[in-house]
Amino acid sequence: MRRDLGERIWALAVWTLVGFFVLNLLAMIGSVVVNSFGTRWFNTWLPAGFTTQWYSLAWNEFQLPDILLVTAEVVGAVVLISGLIGVPAAYAMARRNFPGKQMVMFLFLLPLLVPPITYGIPMATVLYQAHLAGTIWGVILANLVPTVPFVILIMIPFVEQIDPRVEAAARVFGAGMGRLFLQILVPLLLPGILAALLLVLVRTIGMFELTFLTSGPSSQTLVVALYYAVFAAGVRPGQSIDAMAVVYMVTTLVWLLIALRFVNPTQIVTRAKR
Amino acid sequence: MSVARMSLRGRLREKGLDSVTLLVIPAVLFVLALFIYPFLYGLVLSFRPKAGGGWLANYAKFFSEPFLYETIQITLVIAVPVTLLNVVLSVPVALRVRLLRRQRLLTTILVIPITLGTVMVAEGLLTYLGPRGWLNRTLLEFGLVDSPVRLIHNYWGVMLSLVITGFPFTFLLTLSYVTGIDPALEQAGAVLGARARERFRRILLPLLAPGLAITLALAFVQAFTVFPSAILLGAPAGPTRVISIIAYQAAFEQYDYPLASAIAMLMAAVQLVIIMLLLGARTLVFRGPASSGKG
Amino acid sequence: MAVVSRDFQELRLDNVSRDFGQLHALRDVSLTVKRGEFVALLGPSGCGKSTALNCIAGLLQVTGGSIWLDDLRLDELGPEDRGFGMVFQNYALFPHMSVRRNVGFGLVTQRRPSAEIARRVDEALALVRLETQADKLPGQLSGGQQQRVAIARAIVVGPPLVLMDEPLSNLDAKLRLEMRAEMRRIHMTLGSATIYVTHDQEEALSLADRIVVMMDGQTRQIGTPEELYARPANADVADFMGYRNLFPSSAEAADGGVAVIVGGARLAGTAVGEVGARAMVAVRPDDMRLTGDGPIEATVEFAEYHGRDFYAVARMADGTELYFRSESRVVAGETVRLDAAPSRVLVYPA
Repeated sequence: MRRDLGERIWALAVWTLVGFFVLNLLAMIGSVVVNSFGTRWFNTWLPAGFTTQWYSLAWNEFQLPDILLVTAEVVGAVVLISGLIGVPAAYAMARRNFPGKQMVMFLFLLPLLVPPITYGIPMATVLYQAHLAGTIWGVILANLVPTVPFVILIMIPFVEQIDPRVEAAARVFGAGMGRLFLQILVPLLLPGILAALLLVLVRTIGMFELTFLTSGPSSQTLVVALYYAVFAAGVRPGQSIDAMAVVYMVTTLVWLLIALRFVNPTQIVTRAKR
Repeated sequence: MSVARMSLRGRLREKGLDSVTLLVIPAVLFVLALFIYPFLYGLVLSFRPKAGGGWLANYAKFFSEPFLYETIQITLVIAVPVTLLNVVLSVPVALRVRLLRRQRLLTTILVIPITLGTVMVAEGLLTYLGPRGWLNRTLLEFGLVDSPVRLIHNYWGVMLSLVITGFPFTFLLTLSYVTGIDPALEQAGAVLGARARERFRRILLPLLAPGLAITLALAFVQAFTVFPSAILLGAPAGPTRVISIIAYQAAFEQYDYPLASAIAMLMAAVQLVIIMLLLGARTLVFRGPASSGKG
Repeated sequence: MAVVSRDFQELRLDNVSRDFGQLHALRDVSLTVKRGEFVALLGPSGCGKSTALNCIAGLLQVTGGSIWLDDLRLDELGPEDRGFGMVFQNYALFPHMSVRRNVGFGLVTQRRPSAEIARRVDEALALVRLETQADKLPGQLSGGQQQRVAIARAIVVGPPLVLMDEPLSNLDAKLRLEMRAEMRRIHMTLGSATIYVTHDQEEALSLADRIVVMMDGQTRQIGTPEELYARPANADVADFMGYRNLFPSSAEAADGGVAVIVGGARLAGTAVGEVGARAMVAVRPDDMRLTGDGPIEATVEFAEYHGRDFYAVARMADGTELYFRSESRVVAGETVRLDAAPSRVLVYPA
């Protein structure tokens, strides 16, 4: 529809706001990146010189190789296990209407709606009692709490999209449960599974609170290590902290971009879309 | 079959209970074990104070020590304004962006802060907003201020970090609600003589209200449970001593798990109250689809 | 800007064009609608009829040409200022408002006193026979009822022109026929000019005073229903209007008219326009008659029973397929002889 002057001004104001936000966001990221490559940077727009020494420093000081390995193990395990538990559960939820289904659905929604800190502290307490906290398995279990329901909620619409008559046809032609799953369902669900698991991956890399509350010195993920580095900022040169931050950022953003090939940005955010 | 009665298996299947249904069990057990059980355990624990004194002692302690109960106010003073700001700003931006043909680039950029997470954003702001960071440099360069503005290690740093991570969230949610409204409704309003502001007030806003209530609830919950930003970017000893910090300290610095659980329960209670209020308000407005007819 | 005044003598589109990037949705469209006239915009999907309607409503800007209401230039005004009524294809009823509030929306926008609004809404609801549903929500109504609410909402402001975008296409066949009668009744009662977009030629023929046939963004013929039915201006319009026997042939002059060779048979016809040696022949199936001694000989391929008559397809020796109607039974394999009155054999330039 056509726009008069008042509407044009309003549109301009809105776009200015958006532009301002994006500009600051990119500047914020930019300053971290620039700082991580700068030699000395005091009262100037850009550092005096550029170097990569901070990266080697951070690599050793923060034990990045170990941390990256732990992160990979945790994320890998979370992705795998939440897929193995979540996808069949989603299938059952989509295909069966059993008594108490509403309750179960609500049960799956809760970990997604309640913020991690709120349930993290009681959960960490229980894990400590079970002597699991501080180990890598404690971290993995903690991170599974929001991701299993997440996978279920994402997968249910994908399962519903498959015509049940396709499954019926497979049964008529003699397929048992296992063959049905492997040869029919999984191939059809593959895009959805891929989307869900990529989203789990991205979210788990960035999941701070749960890992923070349950990790020990040998089971920290990258984001928790970064927190500790920033927290003890006086001890280490700021540039090396920023170098670590850049490593974290690159790791996260690379997986984000991969995930976005399969998924809409909105799905990262709307966990429980009604 | 001459006998009319179905086998047990058949009857169960009619109710939706067969081997397939069993596939939910691992997930259900998992959530029960690691979410519900800890919560209940924490609830029970909160009534067993470490130092004795009756089952309500932890809660009494919370409400009698200013150091503790003031955190609710401190947290609300941070969470409420930032939530309102993020949601209110998301509406005009979403209404504009939905008209855009190529939204993907913008939504991708906006998803970045959410993906990076609060720790990364905190570090970023510490660098960017610092006294020698680019923002202060720009302000000084253009003569807008005489000396660097203090934006880190205080209330404002936390606010800004919550805006950076919160606004994309509310924007994306609001955008999804806004695009669910049939564009023909606005066209009909225009042909019937209503200009943009009136169309917004009488058509769009009532239809958006339920979605906005949900967005407000989800955004508030995120802001209320702010944790690493309040420590790294704020002043955790004073103005940004939010309730999640004292819960954490009770558990991991004082090893007083009952008190920590009590504080976690209180956190949950406050969130629940606000959510109930918001969702209650939403049913007053409108419940139903955002398009009508066969369209 | 003030709303356009109530009455007008003529709405005129002057060489209106509308482009969407490379797509020319409307090309130099000119037409007029007189006061109180019921004009149908008829054409296949994608012909530009809805685009034209949206331009008239002001929901789309024209990229060329102009739209006039008597001597007032319309295309510079927004839809809010034109004062027309519009019924949308999917009704676009406000889901959060009751029927009463939906219908009264335009009056509230005009800041009318509430007593007047209540009265006029009641009158409009009575006109579409929905008084008992006044307090329901659109989601609680059937498709036909929603449609009537949409009509009531459009007419309650008393507009001089009502725009309708395929309002009946979402209804089932029986309801469509009922609503067509309703539309006619409402139009006769109110007398406001109406522009009605449809792809259904039966609808257009039964409702309109004049029909504008559009294809590929251009007007191909403007005329009364009789003219369009009996005398399409060109082969494309004939095709659309149901002249299923449509094929190229050679033509030669004959006494008083033109004759065409169809599958070897010679038929006398009427030329429409300048016809050369090559031509397109168009004959309605109803005009192709079974005779004992007609010039055309063909073998019936199959016949559909339509209750009152049969609708059949027959093939000539050279493969030409002909569609015809017969009141008496015909069966597949039967050889028939067909003829058509010269005035009903239309011959177009090739």
